[in-house]
Amino acid sequence: MNLAVRDIRYHRGRFIQTCIGLGLLIAVVISMGGIYRGLVADATVALRATGADLWVVQQDTDGPFAASSRIPEDVKYRIAAVPGIEKASCLSYQNLQIDRFGKPLRFFLVGYEPGGLGGPPVIVTGRALRQKHYEMVTDKSMGFSPGETIHIGQHDYTVVGITEKMASVTGDPYAYVTLADAQDIQFKDSNEAIRNNRARISARMSGVRALSPAQGKILTPMVSDIASSTHIVNTVVARLAPGASLEEVQDRIRRWNHYRPISTAEQEEILTKGMIQKSKMQLGLFRIILLVISGVIISLIIYTMTMDKIRVIATLKLIGAKNRVIVGLILQQSLMIGLIAYGIGYSIILATHEKFPRRVELVPIDLQGLFVIVLAICALASFVGIRKALKVEPAQALGG
Amino acid sequence: MFAVEVEHLTKIYGKGHTRVTALSDASFSVSPGDLVAIIGPSGSGKTTLLTTIGLVNEPTQGKVVIDGTLVAEDGWIPGLDMKSIRREKLGFIFQAHNLIPFLTAMENVMVSLTLNGVGNREAKSQARKLLGNLGLEDRLDNYPSALSGGECQRVAIARALINRPKVVLADEPTAALDTENGKNVMALLKKLALENHSAILVVTHDRRMVEDFDRIFEVHDGKVVRERDNAH
Repeated sequence: MNLAVRDIRYHRGRFIQTCIGLGLLIAVVISMGGIYRGLVADATVALRATGADLWVVQQDTDGPFAASSRIPEDVKYRIAAVPGIEKASCLSYQNLQIDRFGKPLRFFLVGYEPGGLGGPPVIVTGRALRQKHYEMVTDKSMGFSPGETIHIGQHDYTVVGITEKMASVTGDPYAYVTLADAQDIQFKDSNEAIRNNRARISARMSGVRALSPAQGKILTPMVSDIASSTHIVNTVVARLAPGASLEEVQDRIRRWNHYRPISTAEQEEILTKGMIQKSKMQLGLFRIILLVISGVIISLIIYTMTMDKIRVIATLKLIGAKNRVIVGLILQQSLMIGLIAYGIGYSIILATHEKFPRRVELVPIDLQGLFVIVLAICALASFVGIRKALKVEPAQALGG
Repeated sequence: MFAVEVEHLTKIYGKGHTRVTALSDASFSVSPGDLVAIIGPSGSGKTTLLTTIGLVNEPTQGKVVIDGTLVAEDGWIPGLDMKSIRREKLGFIFQAHNLIPFLTAMENVMVSLTLNGVGNREAKSQARKLLGNLGLEDRLDNYPSALSGGECQRVAIARALINRPKVVLADEPTAALDTENGKNVMALLKKLALENHSAILVVTHDRRMVEDFDRIFEVHDGKVVRERDNAH
């Protein structure tokens, strides 16, 4: 006869309430682990989806995600010519915010060359970009459907396809346009700004005595074009040919002095150890605090349950129950609370994790680890109750 | 062989000026089948005597023998497993019945057997039979909270006797019952004592019940001052 089960069966209302309360706490712990994994996944998803081995960025920067990086677009051709490089593509990244139904919508806009590296890894609805201008692929979480238009900068862009599970390290969903469109959005000045710029350059030219007025007139639009060039990208990504040495390719590009070739592994480290380190520590600390709180709560519950059973325990001892019967009664109840609360917490998160504003990634090893930790906490938490129970004298069962 | 033998039993609580002699030089023996009442005023040492024989209170001096096993001689006999002796040779009945609230009537009786290693099926069968004999066949699945005081006490008696103990120790078993239920409980104890050949020692304040006992020990200031034999 299992006394722990009998006691729970009799006090099931109180027991279920306790488990639900604790289950909600465990749900928060699970979700925090999931959010952390989501952070890592978001941070690395673009890297992996790009399929590149090398990220060439501005020298002395950790770009393009962790720091600003600007390099000329034509560097791509030099990089593509390096022995060992199979394919090189330009990419542009920028954070944007637009107004949608009166609410701000933030997203991370990627400019890529159709057919090159770095485009949307999967299209779940619609199609990929085909035209050079004014088409867009958005992440499912942005809520657009193919055919809708989005106004960005000076132009309207038509959504032609939907991708999924693509978000930046800050949790903003990805949207894709062609590189040319992204450069326009990011770098192209308005007509008014171009006119002002030309007037400013013309005024500066007229002050240069070495130039005749005619030469100045010819040079002004050329200088203006150079100054307002949009042929800038944030990174050039490259894929190595089979058997090529990453180190050798990196060494060669590093010798150019103006660029930093970052391997995908290094880029991953920059993202996970740099950008999300504090979030990771914060979430980890919260998880530890919540687990400690859970332990204290379980401990108090078990202690209270034990105190409620002092006379029962004394009676059991008087009629000859061995210590292991008493220990089993308390330990089993504690473990059952943990087990059921974990089940409730897990079910809650399983049912709701896709509705969270940020990605919640449920990783089996994390869930299994937490399960073991919860059971260990329950076993430890029952210690106070067990200690109290073992000190109960059989004589306490007698009235006189 | 006596069911209980007590010689020069003394129990002293505390030391120095907090020293209290709860039991002093008590000597008696009880045969199997005897129904013995221990009476006396409050604080006279009745419960101390009962708990010392019940192996929950270590005697300071003197000897206690339960069913031929020497359990105490100026303190517990070292190496004896008191829990196992309590489980196998003793049965307890309490004033407040002390049924386990989260077990049904049948489970409360079964628990005594399962603690002794009897399988669930066998324990169930024995408990059902004994409770049936006590007129509780339709209350088997009721929790103590759904039973009357008299019914609870009958379940408690069943729990104490299901193992067929050599000695049953009862502490004020009729105190919480009305006269009729009290008489019934005493009659039941007497019947079961005879059937099981168990010695039954009952601490009681209730002088209405005294006539039902075979022997009466009167305790005053920790001493057994008088012994009366109703059987002869």
